Amino acid sequence: MSPNDDAVNEPTDATDDAGSSGDKAVMVDDAVADADTVDSEPVVEPDPDAVTITINGREVSARRGELVISAAERNDAYIPRFCYHPRMSSVGMCRQCLVEIDTGRGPMLQPSCMVPVSDGMVVDTESDTSKRAQEGILELLLANHPLDCPVCDKGGECPLQDQAFSHGPGESRYVEEKRHYEKPIPISDLVFLDRERCILCDRCTRFADEVAGDALIHFMDRGNATQVNTYPDEPFSSYFSGNTVQICPVGALTASPYRFKARPWDLEQVESTCTTCSVGCRTSVHSSRDRVLRFQGLDVSDDHGEAVNHGWLCDRGRFNFESIHADTRLGEPLVRTDAGLTATTWSSAMSITADLLGSALAAGSDSVGIIGGARGTNEDALAWARLADACGVGRRDAQVGDGIPAEILDLPRASVDDACAAATIVLIGPDLKQELPVLHLRLRAAVESGRTKVIEFTPTGSGLTAGAWRSQQYVPGALVETVRQSLSDSDVAAQLAAGPVVVVAGRPNLAEQGPAVLDAVEAVVAAAPQATVLPVLRRGNVIGALEAGLAPVSGDTDAILRAAADGQIKVLVLLGADPLRDHPDAQLARRALAGAERVISIDGHMSSSSRAADVVLPAAVMGEKSGTTTNIEGRTTPVEQKVTVHGTARPDWMIALELAQRLGHDLGVSDLNDLTAAVPHAARHRSDRVPAASAMPPSNYELRLIVSRTLYDAAVLTAASPSLAELAAGPGLSVHPADLEALGVSSGDDIRVVGPRGSVVMPACADDRLRRGTVWAAFNQVDPRGVHGDIREVIDASAVANDVRLEVVS
Amino acid sequence: MARLTPDNTTLAHEIIARYPKPKSALIPLLHLAQEQDGYVTDEAMRHIAELVGVTPAEVRGTGTFYEMFQFEPVGRYLINICGTMSCALMGADDLMHAAEETLGVHAGGTTDDGMFTLHRAECQAACTEAPCLQVNYRYRFRATPDDVRTLIDDLRAGRLDGEIPPHGTLARTRQHIPADRGVGAVDPDDVAGPPAWVTVDADTSQGAS
Repeated sequence: MSPNDDAVNEPTDATDDAGSSGDKAVMVDDAVADADTVDSEPVVEPDPDAVTITINGREVSARRGELVISAAERNDAYIPRFCYHPRMSSVGMCRQCLVEIDTGRGPMLQPSCMVPVSDGMVVDTESDTSKRAQEGILELLLANHPLDCPVCDKGGECPLQDQAFSHGPGESRYVEEKRHYEKPIPISDLVFLDRERCILCDRCTRFADEVAGDALIHFMDRGNATQVNTYPDEPFSSYFSGNTVQICPVGALTASPYRFKARPWDLEQVESTCTTCSVGCRTSVHSSRDRVLRFQGLDVSDDHGEAVNHGWLCDRGRFNFESIHADTRLGEPLVRTDAGLTATTWSSAMSITADLLGSALAAGSDSVGIIGGARGTNEDALAWARLADACGVGRRDAQVGDGIPAEILDLPRASVDDACAAATIVLIGPDLKQELPVLHLRLRAAVESGRTKVIEFTPTGSGLTAGAWRSQQYVPGALVETVRQSLSDSDVAAQLAAGPVVVVAGRPNLAEQGPAVLDAVEAVVAAAPQATVLPVLRRGNVIGALEAGLAPVSGDTDAILRAAADGQIKVLVLLGADPLRDHPDAQLARRALAGAERVISIDGHMSSSSRAADVVLPAAVMGEKSGTTTNIEGRTTPVEQKVTVHGTARPDWMIALELAQRLGHDLGVSDLNDLTAAVPHAARHRSDRVPAASAMPPSNYELRLIVSRTLYDAAVLTAASPSLAELAAGPGLSVHPADLEALGVSSGDDIRVVGPRGSVVMPACADDRLRRGTVWAAFNQVDPRGVHGDIREVIDASAVANDVRLEVVS
Repeated sequence: MARLTPDNTTLAHEIIARYPKPKSALIPLLHLAQEQDGYVTDEAMRHIAELVGVTPAEVRGTGTFYEMFQFEPVGRYLINICGTMSCALMGADDLMHAAEETLGVHAGGTTDDGMFTLHRAECQAACTEAPCLQVNYRYRFRATPDDVRTLIDDLRAGRLDGEIPPHGTLARTRQHIPADRGVGAVDPDDVAGPPAWVTVDADTSQGAS
């Protein structure tokens, strides 16, 4: 490795020291100012918060509250640092940022990450005293550091290595034995800790406590023995553990999916967007030798406003890159013959597909149904929507029976920043920590700051319950009534009138109908007319797909599946959708796929549904195609191709264009650029709105079923990522301890769950956070041994809510 | 050997009630656990975590910072010899050698009779009195190797029983503060006004800003 003096100015580690927008005080101001002051007022009023300071002899302007370290960085005077991170509170832990600061009492060495600017302050980052201090600190930090850079994954993108070159003394006077620890130790299924390399900067522990709220790692012991560690037998099993690896300024924390896979200087990177869920976290995709090797979170603002994810990613989004190169990837078209699914050429597969569609359409456009499209880009969705329009196919839906009606998008939209700046967040939806984890982080930060009060309506409790102002646990089937009742409370009314209100709306329970959520949201909007809505539909690009035209025109996924089960569908197109594994009503999905005359699956991976299809067309997945994606806020960001597609897979839009050509339609677009230019923003949605059924009173001898997702489940991309596949908990039913005791079953025993559609056996688990009379199961959990069943087997998607009976398994 | 006993749990709730935030009771509860078992057990730390609403890692992290807490069984007398800078310069190593020789155990060890545990400790905040050591947290300042040998003899002979109780005894009498006798601490989050500055000059009615 040669000395790399530029490294400090261009950190290779994406979020690490990007210092995107200065310190916290500035960011908050920006967020508020951003709202709607885009190009108004040519007259610039003097900023009352502006102060003038001198950095290295130059007078520069800074903002009150800004830290010296970030003011200096903005003015081309980079101060070395390890513990300082712009998205976390300053702690002055590493002392590397010592510079001479004169506030009128003469120059003194002070940690610049702890000192806010003040008018007339004189800072010298390059004086002999500053330099000697920084060299001294580096020598101390290296006293126990093993200097095993040649075998360290961080070598080449390591802030310690880079700053030792740029700001270090060059050699050490220490000859003593260094501190020794067992190396590395696993602190979770995904993260390894090498305590010898650790410089105790407090970044990971601060992140775990402050940002993630999972203080499962902590400094242990004292003095020379101080180390980061977990409690014995209590691993760092946070959904956000990968972020600590990214922000570690040395190679102490490494993630198992990337360990020893590449050297940083061999990596190529491109800026993209994560489409695992609909938050739209900005990522940097890193690859080497045409293989994607890791995702890093990016902290970048765009035209739409401030950064979405603040540089953070959830572990599912960060590590599911493994699925791009999974064994289950589809590389060539398959057509069903007597010998089962058989590989064929694209031209023959496309001609078969076009023939099937053509003859089905001849029988009436309602004999074709299209389910899916949320997995792709906006361009994919637009091409398919235009193809459906051209063919007159109204039976289409980008949601797979797990969302809420698309009209939610017609309500005034909030951004994540709006939600974080609101006086009140009304949460009617899933546990965001499980489904949209980074949105959970953002909202949690707003709640922790005391700015925002949360009123949540949840059947189970959520990651925000502990900090919620009101947490209303409702009985499934009675959501609207519970919300109305709560709104009539005078305290709640006063809180809603106290300032901006943002309704965060999604599907709280997959064993309960979706339209009720819309009614509940409308009830809140009626009570707080200025309220805006943040729709938390989970699927990757579901908002983009719905807005591009894949929202139901005549019949949503449930209706399409019912029609298929009744034999009314001749060709069912599955656009990256896997209803057999992913629709709440497993029996309906099975009957639908059996009842549809032909099933065409366009998917990146071999899924349960593509295995049952008649034609399987291999699709390019994220990382293999370019385009745009739209997040829950309506923010459109690019996704970029980084590696060559697997086999002969093609992006969905290309397949749609070719099918259109074969069917004799002109979609008015001929390539990706045309599509990108044509992506609509904020389309209106309408549907034959079915009034939500009236509440279903709880039954006396049955238990009301709650089903919701957890972060790790049997979803295709998770199951295809070896590091994540093992993390799914498997089937299980949580029951209130008193209900469990009444049955005479102990926690951990198997029970039979008998519901409207059938019964499954799974282990019971006592959980006193549940209301009595309700039971909870995680969605889409599979037992590899086949002993325990999937809760989807008992759900009737057409019921207002689902009741189950528990039977003791003898 | 485990969680706090029912009696101690009651006491723990009483202690927690003294503070505006439950987390503030962490250290007193660690003392309580140590008093119960002679050292702080893993189960007790989990119990304390539940009681004050933090993670067990935070309890352990906080507890292990302090020399006063032991996480493994120790003898009747715990001798902590400071090994940090000032004491190291002033002859802490000699003290340690004397203690090791007299007791026949290495630093970190416990004598076979269960009487003594010898530890090398981090700074005990008595740098002006270096080298210093503690026996069951009772200080011995500016100690010499002879002092150490005498101390051990005296402890063995029971001549110091009046001054130095067995390890784990926090105090010989327990202080009970009924809820109605507390001073009514205010949750820092509920403090609305500016801090009350102490006025130095009695003539000025306005506090210093």
